[in-house]
Amino acid sequence: MKVKARVISRGFASGKAVVSRKRISFLGDVDPSTGKIVAKDSDITGLNIAGKVLIFPGGRGSTVGSYVLYKMKKIGTAPIAIVNLETEPSIAVGAIVAEIPLVDKPEINVVEFIKTGEIVEVDANNGWIKWK
Amino acid sequence: MYLTKEEEKMLESDNPAVSKAMEILVALGDIFGAEKLIKIKSAHVSGISYQNIGNEGLEWIEKLNAKVKVKTTINPAGMDLEKWKEMEIDEEFYSKQIRIINAFKRLGAEITLTCTPYLQYTPKHGDILSWSESSAIIYANSVLGAKTNRESGISALAAAIIGKTPYYGLLIDENRKPSIIVEYDGEINYRTLSLVGLKLGEILERNKIPLFKFQRKLKKDEMKILGASLASTSDLAIFHILDQTPEARIEKPLEKITIEIEKDETECDPDLIALGCPHLSENELKGIFEIIKKEGKVKREIILFTSRYVAKKNKKLIEKFEKNKVKVFTDTCIVVSPLAERFGTILVDSGKAFTYLPKLRKVRTCLASTICCIRKAYE
Repeated sequence: MKVKARVISRGFASGKAVVSRKRISFLGDVDPSTGKIVAKDSDITGLNIAGKVLIFPGGRGSTVGSYVLYKMKKIGTAPIAIVNLETEPSIAVGAIVAEIPLVDKPEINVVEFIKTGEIVEVDANNGWIKWK
Repeated sequence: MYLTKEEEKMLESDNPAVSKAMEILVALGDIFGAEKLIKIKSAHVSGISYQNIGNEGLEWIEKLNAKVKVKTTINPAGMDLEKWKEMEIDEEFYSKQIRIINAFKRLGAEITLTCTPYLQYTPKHGDILSWSESSAIIYANSVLGAKTNRESGISALAAAIIGKTPYYGLLIDENRKPSIIVEYDGEINYRTLSLVGLKLGEILERNKIPLFKFQRKLKKDEMKILGASLASTSDLAIFHILDQTPEARIEKPLEKITIEIEKDETECDPDLIALGCPHLSENELKGIFEIIKKEGKVKREIILFTSRYVAKKNKKLIEKFEKNKVKVFTDTCIVVSPLAERFGTILVDSGKAFTYLPKLRKVRTCLASTICCIRKAYE
Protein backbone atom coordinates (compact mmCIF):
# COMPACT_ATOMS: atom_id res chain seq x y z
CA MET A 1 0.00 0.00 0.00
CA LYS A 2 1.25 3.50 -0.78
CA VAL A 3 -0.08 6.69 0.84
CA LYS A 4 0.79 10.35 0.47
CA ALA A 5 2.23 12.34 3.38
CA ARG A 6 3.60 15.80 4.10
CA VAL A 7 7.38 16.28 3.86
CA ILE A 8 8.95 17.78 6.99
CA SER A 9 12.58 16.58 6.90
CA ARG A 10 13.82 15.42 3.52
CA GLY A 11 15.44 12.08 2.70
CA PHE A 12 14.63 8.43 1.95
CA ALA A 13 14.82 5.29 4.08
CA SER A 14 13.46 1.78 4.16
CA GLY A 15 13.41 -0.66 7.05
CA LYS A 16 11.46 -2.45 9.76
CA ALA A 17 8.76 -0.44 11.52
CA VAL A 18 8.29 0.18 15.23
CA VAL A 19 4.75 1.46 15.77
CA SER A 20 3.40 3.21 18.88
CA ARG A 21 -0.04 4.64 19.55
CA LYS A 22 1.33 7.04 22.14
CA ARG A 23 3.19 10.33 22.04
CA ILE A 24 6.98 10.22 22.50
CA SER A 25 9.44 12.76 23.93
CA PHE A 26 13.04 12.15 22.96
CA LEU A 27 14.03 13.75 26.25
CA GLY A 28 13.19 11.14 28.84
CA ASP A 29 11.17 8.51 26.97
CA VAL A 30 14.16 7.10 25.07
CA ASP A 31 17.60 5.99 26.27
CA PRO A 32 19.78 7.77 23.69
CA SER A 33 22.80 5.52 24.31
CA THR A 34 20.94 2.39 23.19
CA GLY A 35 17.83 3.58 21.33
CA LYS A 36 15.58 1.65 23.71
CA ILE A 37 12.18 3.06 24.75
CA VAL A 38 12.31 3.45 28.53
CA ALA A 39 9.07 5.36 29.21
CA LYS A 40 6.99 3.21 31.56
CA ASP A 41 3.66 4.47 30.19
CA SER A 42 4.58 3.67 26.57
CA ASP A 43 3.03 0.81 24.57
CA ILE A 44 6.46 -0.05 23.12
CA THR A 45 8.50 0.01 26.35
CA GLY A 46 11.66 -2.05 25.94
CA LEU A 47 11.61 -2.00 22.11
CA ASN A 48 14.65 -0.61 20.32
CA ILE A 49 14.13 2.12 17.71
CA ALA A 50 17.74 2.23 16.45
CA GLY A 51 17.77 1.72 12.69
CA LYS A 52 13.98 1.36 12.56
CA VAL A 53 11.22 3.35 10.90
CA LEU A 54 9.54 4.89 13.94
CA ILE A 55 5.81 5.48 13.51
CA PHE A 56 3.87 7.31 16.25
CA PRO A 57 1.24 10.05 16.59
CA GLY A 58 3.55 12.95 17.50
CA GLY A 59 5.83 14.47 20.08
CA ARG A 60 5.50 15.83 23.53
CA GLY A 61 7.77 17.85 25.75
CA SER A 62 11.02 19.73 25.69
CA THR A 63 12.91 21.42 22.88
CA VAL A 64 16.15 19.93 24.24
CA GLY A 65 14.72 16.77 22.64
CA SER A 66 15.93 18.13 19.27
CA TYR A 67 19.56 17.73 20.31
CA VAL A 68 18.84 14.26 21.70
CA LEU A 69 17.80 13.11 18.21
CA TYR A 70 20.99 14.61 16.81
CA LYS A 71 23.06 12.79 19.43
CA MET A 72 21.30 9.49 18.64
CA LYS A 73 22.03 9.92 14.93
CA LYS A 74 25.71 10.57 15.73
CA ILE A 75 26.15 7.44 17.81
CA GLY A 76 23.96 5.25 15.61
CA THR A 77 20.94 4.77 17.86
CA ALA A 78 18.48 6.98 15.95
CA PRO A 79 15.55 5.72 13.89
CA ILE A 80 16.28 5.75 10.12
CA ALA A 81 12.99 7.53 9.44
CA ILE A 82 10.06 8.96 11.36
CA VAL A 83 6.38 8.99 10.46
CA ASN A 84 4.05 11.10 12.62
CA LEU A 85 0.31 11.58 12.33
CA GLU A 86 0.91 15.23 13.23
CA THR A 87 4.41 16.26 14.17
CA GLU A 88 5.43 19.06 16.57
CA PRO A 89 8.38 21.48 16.68
CA SER A 90 10.90 19.61 18.84
CA ILE A 91 10.70 16.45 16.72
CA ALA A 92 10.55 18.31 13.40
CA VAL A 93 13.58 20.46 14.23
CA GLY A 94 15.43 17.46 15.69
CA ALA A 95 14.83 15.40 12.56
CA ILE A 96 16.03 18.21 10.28
CA VAL A 97 19.15 18.85 12.37
CA ALA A 98 19.91 15.12 12.57
CA GLU A 99 19.08 14.55 8.87
CA ILE A 100 16.46 11.91 9.62
CA PRO A 101 13.68 11.73 6.99
CA LEU A 102 10.34 12.75 8.54
CA VAL A 103 6.86 12.87 7.05
CA ASP A 104 3.56 13.55 8.78
CA LYS A 105 -0.17 13.89 8.02
CA PRO A 106 -0.40 10.60 6.08
CA GLU A 107 -3.64 10.20 4.11
CA ILE A 108 -4.72 7.37 6.40
CA ASN A 109 -4.03 6.67 10.07
CA VAL A 110 -0.91 4.55 9.52
CA VAL A 111 -0.59 3.82 13.25
CA GLU A 112 -3.66 1.59 12.80
CA PHE A 113 -2.53 0.01 9.53
CA ILE A 114 1.18 -0.70 9.91
CA LYS A 115 2.41 -3.30 12.41
CA THR A 116 5.72 -3.37 14.27
CA GLY A 117 8.17 -5.49 12.25
CA GLU A 118 6.68 -4.76 8.80
CA ILE A 119 9.03 -3.35 6.15
CA VAL A 120 8.16 0.29 5.37
CA GLU A 121 9.59 2.67 2.77
CA VAL A 122 9.56 6.39 3.61
CA ASP A 123 10.17 8.82 0.75
CA ALA A 124 10.50 12.20 2.41
CA ASN A 125 11.61 13.81 -0.84
CA ASN A 126 8.37 13.17 -2.72
CA GLY A 127 6.10 12.66 0.26
CA TRP A 128 4.87 9.07 0.46
CA ILE A 129 4.99 5.93 2.62
CA LYS A 130 4.84 2.38 1.20
CA TRP A 131 4.44 -1.01 2.87
CA LYS A 132 3.62 -4.67 1.94
CA MET B 1 3.65 27.93 2.98
CA TYR B 2 4.35 30.36 0.15
CA LEU B 3 8.06 30.95 -0.58
CA THR B 4 9.50 33.71 -2.75
CA LYS B 5 12.02 32.75 -5.45
CA GLU B 6 14.82 33.98 -3.24
CA GLU B 7 13.56 31.85 -0.34
CA GLU B 8 13.27 28.80 -2.64
CA LYS B 9 16.91 29.31 -3.59
CA MET B 10 17.94 29.36 0.05
CA LEU B 11 16.11 26.08 0.60
CA GLU B 12 18.21 24.55 -2.21
CA SER B 13 21.42 26.35 -1.15
CA ASP B 14 24.76 24.51 -1.47
CA ASN B 15 25.59 25.78 2.00
CA PRO B 16 24.01 23.27 4.39
CA ALA B 17 23.81 25.92 7.14
CA VAL B 18 21.48 28.00 4.94
CA SER B 19 19.45 25.11 3.51
CA LYS B 20 19.01 23.51 6.95
CA ALA B 21 18.00 26.84 8.49
CA MET B 22 15.44 27.32 5.73
CA GLU B 23 14.23 23.74 6.05
CA ILE B 24 13.63 24.33 9.79
CA LEU B 25 11.65 27.54 9.16
CA VAL B 26 9.56 25.92 6.40
CA ALA B 27 8.80 22.90 8.61
CA LEU B 28 7.70 25.13 11.47
CA GLY B 29 5.70 27.31 9.10
CA ASP B 30 3.90 24.23 7.75
CA ILE B 31 3.26 22.81 11.23
CA PHE B 32 1.72 26.07 12.46
CA GLY B 33 -0.09 26.91 9.24
CA ALA B 34 1.93 30.04 8.41
CA GLU B 35 1.21 31.47 4.97
CA LYS B 36 4.63 33.09 4.48
CA LEU B 37 7.92 34.15 6.05
CA ILE B 38 8.30 37.64 7.49
CA LYS B 39 11.42 39.73 8.16
CA ILE B 40 12.66 39.99 11.74
CA LYS B 41 14.44 42.81 13.56
CA SER B 42 16.46 40.63 15.91
CA ALA B 43 17.04 37.09 17.13
CA HIS B 44 17.88 35.88 20.63
CA VAL B 45 19.32 32.38 20.90
CA SER B 46 19.12 30.11 23.95
CA GLY B 47 20.95 26.80 24.46
CA ILE B 48 24.40 28.35 24.94
CA SER B 49 25.54 26.60 28.12
CA TYR B 50 27.71 23.54 27.53
CA GLN B 51 25.94 22.11 30.57
CA ASN B 52 22.65 22.12 28.64
CA ILE B 53 23.55 21.31 25.02
CA GLY B 54 26.56 19.00 25.51
CA ASN B 55 28.93 17.80 22.80
CA GLU B 56 26.07 17.25 20.33
CA GLY B 57 24.93 20.86 20.47
CA LEU B 58 28.51 22.08 20.33
CA GLU B 59 29.30 20.01 17.22
CA TRP B 60 26.15 21.07 15.41
CA ILE B 61 26.74 24.79 16.04
CA GLU B 62 30.43 24.54 15.12
CA LYS B 63 29.49 23.02 11.76
CA LEU B 64 27.38 26.02 10.74
CA ASN B 65 29.24 28.07 8.17
CA ALA B 66 27.05 31.15 7.81
CA LYS B 67 26.52 34.69 9.03
CA VAL B 68 23.46 35.95 10.84
CA LYS B 69 21.43 38.53 8.91
CA VAL B 70 20.02 40.46 11.89
CA LYS B 71 21.14 41.59 15.33
CA THR B 72 21.58 38.34 17.23
CA THR B 73 22.10 38.11 20.98
CA ILE B 74 22.79 34.97 23.00
CA ASN B 75 21.72 33.51 26.34
CA PRO B 76 23.96 32.88 29.39
CA ALA B 77 26.78 30.35 29.21
CA GLY B 78 27.69 27.79 31.86
CA MET B 79 30.35 29.99 33.45
CA ASP B 80 31.66 33.51 34.02
CA LEU B 81 34.22 34.05 31.24
CA GLU B 82 36.67 35.62 33.69
CA LYS B 83 35.83 34.12 37.07
CA TRP B 84 35.37 30.53 35.87
CA LYS B 85 38.09 29.22 38.16
CA GLU B 86 36.45 30.84 41.14
CA MET B 87 33.30 28.97 40.08
CA GLU B 88 35.33 25.74 40.18
CA ILE B 89 34.71 25.05 36.52
CA ASP B 90 37.13 22.44 35.18
CA GLU B 91 39.44 22.95 32.18
CA GLU B 92 37.48 20.65 29.90
CA PHE B 93 34.18 22.42 30.55
CA TYR B 94 35.92 25.76 30.06
CA SER B 95 37.39 24.82 26.69
CA LYS B 96 34.11 23.32 25.41
CA GLN B 97 32.18 26.42 26.52
CA ILE B 98 34.70 28.68 24.78
CA ARG B 99 34.30 26.64 21.59
CA ILE B 100 30.54 27.22 21.70
CA ILE B 101 31.07 30.95 22.20
CA ASN B 102 33.64 31.12 19.40
CA ALA B 103 31.21 29.35 17.07
CA PHE B 104 28.63 32.05 17.81
CA LYS B 105 31.25 34.76 17.20
CA ARG B 106 31.98 33.27 13.78
CA LEU B 107 28.24 33.29 13.06
CA GLY B 108 28.25 37.03 13.79
CA ALA B 109 26.23 36.91 17.01
CA GLU B 110 26.92 39.40 19.76
CA ILE B 111 28.34 37.62 22.81
CA THR B 112 25.86 39.14 25.25
CA LEU B 113 25.51 35.97 27.37
CA THR B 114 22.37 37.21 29.06
CA CYS B 115 18.73 36.22 29.44
CA THR B 116 17.80 39.93 29.59
CA PRO B 117 18.96 41.11 26.13
CA TYR B 118 16.19 43.74 26.24
CA LEU B 119 18.13 45.70 28.88
CA GLN B 120 20.89 46.22 26.32
CA TYR B 121 18.97 46.42 23.05
CA THR B 122 15.34 47.20 23.75
CA PRO B 123 12.97 46.16 20.94
CA LYS B 124 10.35 48.70 19.91
CA HIS B 125 6.59 48.30 20.09
CA GLY B 126 5.49 46.22 17.08
CA ASP B 127 8.95 44.91 16.15
CA ILE B 128 8.89 41.33 14.84
CA LEU B 129 11.48 39.12 16.56
CA SER B 130 12.56 35.52 16.68
CA TRP B 131 13.52 34.96 20.29
CA SER B 132 14.11 31.93 22.41
CA GLU B 133 14.54 32.03 26.23
CA SER B 134 11.04 31.89 27.66
CA SER B 135 11.51 34.75 30.16
CA ALA B 136 12.80 37.14 27.49
CA ILE B 137 10.05 36.13 25.04
CA ILE B 138 7.25 36.84 27.50
CA TYR B 139 8.86 40.16 28.50
CA ALA B 140 9.25 41.29 24.88
CA ASN B 141 5.63 40.45 24.03
CA SER B 142 3.95 41.61 27.21
CA VAL B 143 5.94 44.57 28.53
CA LEU B 144 7.46 45.95 25.31
CA GLY B 145 4.70 45.10 22.83
CA ALA B 146 7.20 43.55 20.42
CA LYS B 147 6.13 40.33 18.70
CA THR B 148 7.76 36.94 18.94
CA ASN B 149 6.62 33.35 19.07
CA ARG B 150 8.10 31.00 21.61
CA GLU B 151 11.10 29.80 19.61
CA SER B 152 13.62 27.13 20.53
CA GLY B 153 17.36 27.90 20.48
CA ILE B 154 17.66 26.11 17.15
CA SER B 155 14.70 27.79 15.44
CA ALA B 156 15.81 31.26 16.62
CA LEU B 157 19.27 30.58 15.20
CA ALA B 158 17.73 29.41 11.93
CA ALA B 159 15.70 32.63 11.77
CA ALA B 160 18.86 34.68 12.49
CA ILE B 161 20.67 33.02 9.56
CA ILE B 162 17.74 33.60 7.16
CA GLY B 163 16.64 36.95 8.65
CA LYS B 164 13.01 35.80 8.64
CA THR B 165 10.53 33.76 10.64
CA PRO B 166 7.23 32.04 9.76
CA TYR B 167 4.28 34.41 10.14
CA TYR B 168 1.85 32.85 12.62
CA GLY B 169 0.80 32.80 16.26
CA LEU B 170 1.76 35.81 18.37
CA LEU B 171 3.06 37.73 15.34
CA ILE B 172 -0.61 38.27 14.43
CA ASP B 173 -2.52 40.88 16.52
CA GLU B 174 -5.68 38.80 16.71
CA ASN B 175 -3.85 36.07 18.63
CA ARG B 176 -2.47 38.38 21.33
CA LYS B 177 -5.71 39.50 22.98
CA PRO B 178 -6.54 38.67 26.59
CA SER B 179 -9.04 35.87 27.15
CA ILE B 180 -9.24 35.63 30.94
CA ILE B 181 -9.05 38.14 33.79
CA VAL B 182 -6.82 37.14 36.69
CA GLU B 183 -7.19 38.98 39.98
CA TYR B 184 -4.63 38.98 42.76
CA ASP B 185 -5.08 41.41 45.62
CA GLY B 186 -2.36 40.29 48.00
CA GLU B 187 1.00 41.79 48.86
CA ILE B 188 3.39 42.31 45.95
CA ASN B 189 7.02 41.21 46.17
CA TYR B 190 9.22 38.81 44.15
CA ARG B 191 8.07 35.82 46.20
CA THR B 192 4.36 36.51 45.79
CA LEU B 193 4.66 37.46 42.11
CA SER B 194 6.66 34.27 41.52
CA LEU B 195 3.99 32.16 43.21
CA VAL B 196 1.18 33.90 41.31
CA GLY B 197 3.04 33.23 38.04
CA LEU B 198 3.87 29.61 38.84
CA LYS B 199 0.36 28.79 40.01
CA LEU B 200 -1.39 30.47 37.11
CA GLY B 201 0.97 28.70 34.67
CA GLU B 202 -0.06 25.38 36.16
CA ILE B 203 -3.82 25.88 36.08
CA LEU B 204 -4.33 28.00 32.97
CA GLU B 205 -5.88 26.24 30.00
CA ARG B 206 -3.64 26.11 26.93
CA ASN B 207 -3.90 29.12 24.60
CA LYS B 208 -5.64 31.29 27.21
CA ILE B 209 -4.04 34.71 27.61
CA PRO B 210 -4.30 36.32 31.06
CA LEU B 211 -5.01 39.93 31.86
CA PHE B 212 -3.95 40.70 35.43
CA LYS B 213 -5.57 43.08 37.86
CA PHE B 214 -3.21 44.09 40.66
CA GLN B 215 -3.58 46.56 43.54
CA ARG B 216 -0.86 48.78 42.15
CA LYS B 217 1.27 49.19 39.04
CA LEU B 218 4.23 46.83 38.79
CA LYS B 219 7.81 47.94 38.23
CA LYS B 220 9.47 46.62 35.06
CA ASP B 221 11.63 44.26 37.11
CA GLU B 222 8.54 42.93 38.86
CA MET B 223 6.95 42.19 35.47
CA LYS B 224 10.17 40.38 34.53
CA ILE B 225 9.85 38.08 37.57
CA LEU B 226 6.13 37.49 37.02
CA GLY B 227 6.64 36.60 33.35
CA ALA B 228 9.66 34.36 33.98
CA SER B 229 7.64 32.41 36.57
CA LEU B 230 4.57 32.11 34.34
CA ALA B 231 6.69 30.82 31.46
CA SER B 232 8.37 28.16 33.58
CA THR B 233 5.18 26.25 34.39
CA SER B 234 3.40 26.85 31.08
CA ASP B 235 4.15 27.56 27.44
CA LEU B 236 2.58 30.98 27.79
CA ALA B 237 4.43 33.72 25.89
CA ILE B 238 2.31 36.80 26.62
CA PHE B 239 0.31 38.37 29.47
CA HIS B 240 -1.34 41.73 30.02
CA ILE B 241 -1.77 43.95 33.08
CA LEU B 242 -4.77 46.25 33.21
CA ASP B 243 -3.87 49.96 32.97
CA GLN B 244 -0.22 49.12 32.51
CA THR B 245 1.02 46.96 29.62
CA PRO B 246 0.69 48.26 26.02
CA GLU B 247 -1.90 45.78 24.72
CA ALA B 248 -4.07 45.48 27.85
CA ARG B 249 -7.50 46.12 26.35
CA ILE B 250 -10.76 44.39 27.25
CA GLU B 251 -12.99 44.29 24.18
CA LYS B 252 -15.63 41.84 25.41
CA PRO B 253 -16.74 40.35 28.74
CA LEU B 254 -14.19 37.83 29.93
CA GLU B 255 -14.16 34.94 32.37
CA LYS B 256 -12.57 35.90 35.70
CA ILE B 257 -10.49 33.97 38.24
CA THR B 258 -8.81 34.91 41.51
CA ILE B 259 -5.37 33.63 42.44
CA GLU B 260 -4.54 32.96 46.05
CA ILE B 261 -1.15 31.90 47.29
CA GLU B 262 0.38 30.65 50.49
CA LYS B 263 0.98 33.54 52.85
CA ASP B 264 3.89 32.26 54.89
CA GLU B 265 7.44 31.65 53.76
CA THR B 266 8.80 28.19 54.47
CA GLU B 267 11.73 27.77 56.88
CA CYS B 268 15.02 27.46 55.07
CA ASP B 269 18.67 27.07 56.05
CA PRO B 270 20.51 27.62 52.76
CA ASP B 271 24.22 27.25 52.06
CA LEU B 272 23.83 29.55 49.06
CA ILE B 273 21.63 32.55 48.31
CA ALA B 274 21.39 33.18 44.57
CA LEU B 275 19.78 36.30 43.10
CA GLY B 276 19.48 37.23 39.44
CA CYS B 277 17.14 34.85 37.62
CA PRO B 278 16.54 36.47 35.17
CA HIS B 279 19.74 38.57 35.25
CA LEU B 280 19.64 41.56 37.60
CA SER B 281 19.02 45.03 36.19
CA GLU B 282 20.83 48.16 37.31
CA ASN B 283 17.87 49.11 39.52
CA GLU B 284 17.81 45.73 41.18
CA LEU B 285 21.55 45.85 41.89
CA LYS B 286 21.10 49.28 43.47
CA GLY B 287 18.15 48.06 45.53
CA ILE B 288 20.09 45.08 46.85
CA PHE B 289 23.04 47.31 47.75
CA GLU B 290 20.81 49.57 49.82
CA ILE B 291 20.43 46.69 52.29
CA ILE B 292 24.03 45.37 52.05
CA LYS B 293 25.33 48.90 52.71
CA LYS B 294 23.58 49.00 56.08
CA GLU B 295 24.47 45.49 57.20
CA GLY B 296 28.07 45.16 55.95
CA LYS B 297 29.92 41.92 55.22
CA VAL B 298 27.67 38.90 54.65
CA LYS B 299 27.93 35.77 56.80
CA ARG B 300 26.50 33.29 54.30
CA GLU B 301 27.50 32.74 50.66
CA ILE B 302 25.49 34.98 48.36
CA ILE B 303 25.95 35.31 44.61
CA LEU B 304 24.40 37.89 42.28
CA PHE B 305 24.02 37.13 38.58
CA THR B 306 23.86 39.86 35.98
CA SER B 307 24.96 40.55 32.41
CA ARG B 308 28.45 41.75 31.54
CA TYR B 309 26.81 44.83 30.02
CA VAL B 310 25.02 45.83 33.24
CA ALA B 311 28.08 44.96 35.36
CA LYS B 312 30.34 47.15 33.22
CA LYS B 313 27.92 50.05 33.54
CA ASN B 314 27.97 49.65 37.32
CA LYS B 315 31.62 48.86 37.91
CA LYS B 316 31.95 50.79 41.18
CA LEU B 317 28.83 49.23 42.61
CA ILE B 318 30.12 45.75 41.78
CA GLU B 319 33.37 46.54 43.61
CA LYS B 320 31.39 47.64 46.66
CA PHE B 321 29.48 44.36 46.62
CA GLU B 322 32.72 42.41 46.50
CA LYS B 323 34.11 44.37 49.47
CA ASN B 324 31.12 43.10 51.44
CA LYS B 325 31.84 39.49 50.40
CA VAL B 326 28.91 39.45 47.98
CA LYS B 327 30.00 37.62 44.81
CA VAL B 328 28.89 38.89 41.42
CA PHE B 329 29.09 36.63 38.38
CA THR B 330 28.32 37.67 34.82
CA ASP B 331 27.77 35.69 31.55
CA THR B 332 26.08 32.86 33.42
CA CYS B 333 23.37 32.09 35.96
CA ILE B 334 22.57 29.66 38.74
CA VAL B 335 20.26 27.61 36.49
CA VAL B 336 22.54 26.96 33.48
CA SER B 337 25.92 26.54 35.23
CA PRO B 338 27.12 23.41 37.04
CA LEU B 339 27.82 25.61 40.10
CA ALA B 340 24.51 24.85 41.82
CA GLU B 341 25.33 21.16 42.12
CA ARG B 342 27.97 21.94 44.77
CA PHE B 343 25.33 23.19 47.21
CA GLY B 344 22.83 21.41 49.43
CA THR B 345 20.11 24.05 49.66
CA ILE B 346 19.79 27.22 47.61
CA LEU B 347 17.58 30.17 48.52
CA VAL B 348 16.23 32.21 45.59
CA ASP B 349 13.74 35.03 45.01
CA SER B 350 12.67 33.83 41.56
CA GLY B 351 9.92 31.40 40.62
CA LYS B 352 11.90 30.39 37.56
CA ALA B 353 15.00 29.36 39.55
CA PHE B 354 12.70 27.74 42.11
CA THR B 355 11.19 25.59 39.34
CA TYR B 356 14.31 24.67 37.37
CA LEU B 357 17.01 24.20 40.05
CA PRO B 358 15.48 21.03 41.55
CA LYS B 359 14.70 19.66 38.05
CA LEU B 360 17.91 20.46 36.18
CA ARG B 361 20.50 20.61 38.97
CA LYS B 362 18.84 18.26 41.47
CA VAL B 363 19.27 20.67 44.36
CA ARG B 364 16.87 21.59 47.16
CA THR B 365 15.56 25.10 46.59
CA CYS B 366 13.60 27.58 48.72
CA LEU B 367 11.76 30.71 47.63
CA ALA B 368 11.60 34.00 49.57
CA SER B 369 11.21 37.70 48.88
CA THR B 370 14.39 39.56 47.92
CA ILE B 371 14.59 41.25 51.32
CA CYS B 372 14.22 37.96 53.18
CA CYS B 373 16.89 36.41 50.94
CA ILE B 374 19.37 39.15 51.76
CA ARG B 375 18.53 39.10 55.49
CA LYS B 376 19.28 35.38 55.49
CA ALA B 377 22.84 36.24 54.43
CA TYR B 378 23.35 37.89 57.84
CA GLU B 379 21.96 35.09 60.00
